[in-house]
Amino acid sequence: MSFIAKSPWILHYDGSSCNGCDIETLACLTPVYDIERFGVINTGNPKHADILIVTGSVNHQNRDVLLNIYNQMPDPKAVIAVGICAITGGIFAECYNVLGGVDKVLPVDIYVPGCAARPEAIIDGIVKAIGILEMKHQNMRIKSKWRLRWPWKSELKFSY
Amino acid sequence: MAMEKRIEIFILTVDELVSRTRSLHDEGYRLVQICCSKVDESGKAVLELDYTFDKHYNLYNIRISIEEGAEIPSISEIFGSAFVYENEIHDLYGVSIQGISIDYRGNFYKTAMPHPFTQD
Amino acid sequence: MGKQTIIPFGPQHPVLPEPLHLDLVLEDERIVDAIPSIGYVHRGLELLVSKKEYAEYVYVAERICGICSFMHGLGYCQAVEEIMEIQVPERALFLRTIWAELSRIHSHLMWFGLAADAFGLENLFMLSWRLRESVLDIIEETSGGRVIFGACKIGGVRRDISPETLRDMCQKLEKLKGHMDRLTGVFLNDRSVGYRLKGIGVLTREDAQRLGAVGPLLRASGVDMDMRRLGYAAYERLSFEPVTENDGDCYARCAVRARELYQSIDLIAQAVSMMPDGEVDTKVLGAPKGECFMRLEQPRGEVLYYVRADGTRYIERFRVRTPTFTNIPSMIHCLKGCDFSDVPNVILTIDPCISCIER
Repeated sequence: MSFIAKSPWILHYDGSSCNGCDIETLACLTPVYDIERFGVINTGNPKHADILIVTGSVNHQNRDVLLNIYNQMPDPKAVIAVGICAITGGIFAECYNVLGGVDKVLPVDIYVPGCAARPEAIIDGIVKAIGILEMKHQNMRIKSKWRLRWPWKSELKFSY
Repeated sequence: MAMEKRIEIFILTVDELVSRTRSLHDEGYRLVQICCSKVDESGKAVLELDYTFDKHYNLYNIRISIEEGAEIPSISEIFGSAFVYENEIHDLYGVSIQGISIDYRGNFYKTAMPHPFTQD
Repeated sequence: MGKQTIIPFGPQHPVLPEPLHLDLVLEDERIVDAIPSIGYVHRGLELLVSKKEYAEYVYVAERICGICSFMHGLGYCQAVEEIMEIQVPERALFLRTIWAELSRIHSHLMWFGLAADAFGLENLFMLSWRLRESVLDIIEETSGGRVIFGACKIGGVRRDISPETLRDMCQKLEKLKGHMDRLTGVFLNDRSVGYRLKGIGVLTREDAQRLGAVGPLLRASGVDMDMRRLGYAAYERLSFEPVTENDGDCYARCAVRARELYQSIDLIAQAVSMMPDGEVDTKVLGAPKGECFMRLEQPRGEVLYYVRADGTRYIERFRVRTPTFTNIPSMIHCLKGCDFSDVPNVILTIDPCISCIER
């Protein structure tokens, strides 16, 4: 297990959610569910974060904000879509101002269903995301090793 | 079929709006909200603006009807809180309201399309 | 006088879980103006009435906001019931009151946590959210959901609460009172909390009335206004006095919400003791025709629903005027003249709910 899996920091962004999933995400950080026992800390700074949690759907207003935040996060990173709105748009999919799920804008690694998603499900999603982070981290290490030994092969692509 | 439910609404013309609002303000009424709805009146789209006031938990409603794209005067000089509703109606319905005390000029609600609530 | 700087605040900001964007105009460290722009959470769900049937729309109304979700569902149901002239059974009215007060407790406890986080006391945040979990447990036990209850429907409520559960609920809330003493004690008596809250973001009585403030924000400025006095649901038969404070600063808003917690527990106890027996829902036939305004008292203040129906299964126009929307002018007013470091504090004490504002 690498250092990254021991204490991943999360960044929470509220797309156009109804707050239900947001307060459940926050509830994960507080005593009863307490995700800090996995070393997870909520941060407000994208450059400190490893996991991006997005609740709610994407619209024209917030897609640039989301991309901005995502691009500022250092590699390796994972994205979790929490709640049905973040997955497909959910009950609001027919609204004129809703583009759809988060995967229209960002590559999503974990989908956590529910309306509102329960804290247990969110914790499960985060633990799964830790595994994905670990995998991405390993791939990055292999890639950089190859780059050192065979610099001419540096364009080799590894799929996560 | 259930009976049709009606509420008490005073229908005014655009010119009467400001003077009636001012007299309500002097009587101690509080502005509760301004609501705009798009209705079809014999095939023609009409915007109805409902101004709701409250005094001692009793509502007093004023309704004015305007055509799309018409201009109406602002009441934000009389009721300071009216500017948020007027900006909202401007951004969502495209009603141009003259003399809003704090006018965001269409930058309050940021939506993908202009005046989304008037689209069919 | 220093030169003016504009600092953008949000949409992603550590102190607010929700996206609100403000352009703060500063002179040195002092705020001279705040310009809000919204639309990050705007979904346009008022237009969804043309796509969902009126009985189905309750689900959408509940999702206007996840914090006051039960109240939104309740307001929509009451408006449609008023138009259709449906007589809701007594027991359902009392159950609605109980759920409404439970969601007020959970919302206020949540607010205490966020406010503590904003002024930098993280363990107070943790403490209030732990207490909130015990309220959520009661809500889950009685309605099945934690934040979105789905308990309200047109003509009544979806489930009954058994007398044993009601008795247990009262005991649990009584126990919660003891824990809450500790929490509110820190908020109201601690010197460092007082230093962050007292005299900050003052809203005088005149300004509050002029700017159309509602809810705890208005009551903290000494105005006695509470929509529960209208006597919807079972409030007609319960006795209570609206909580008011006179200072109008952040501390007074804290105190109002602290006392409202106890008031809500008391209201639940009253409702349980007066609970009648009987059915919890009636059959709803036909479709609404007509229009009506309906007002409720949410945790954040007065909310107004306007429903206009033309006798089909689809409602013509649905409008919500949420409390936070009408509190925006007061928020801007409070921000002017305070220090940049007090901005999160002042914004949180009006208890902003962005998904309510934008719908």
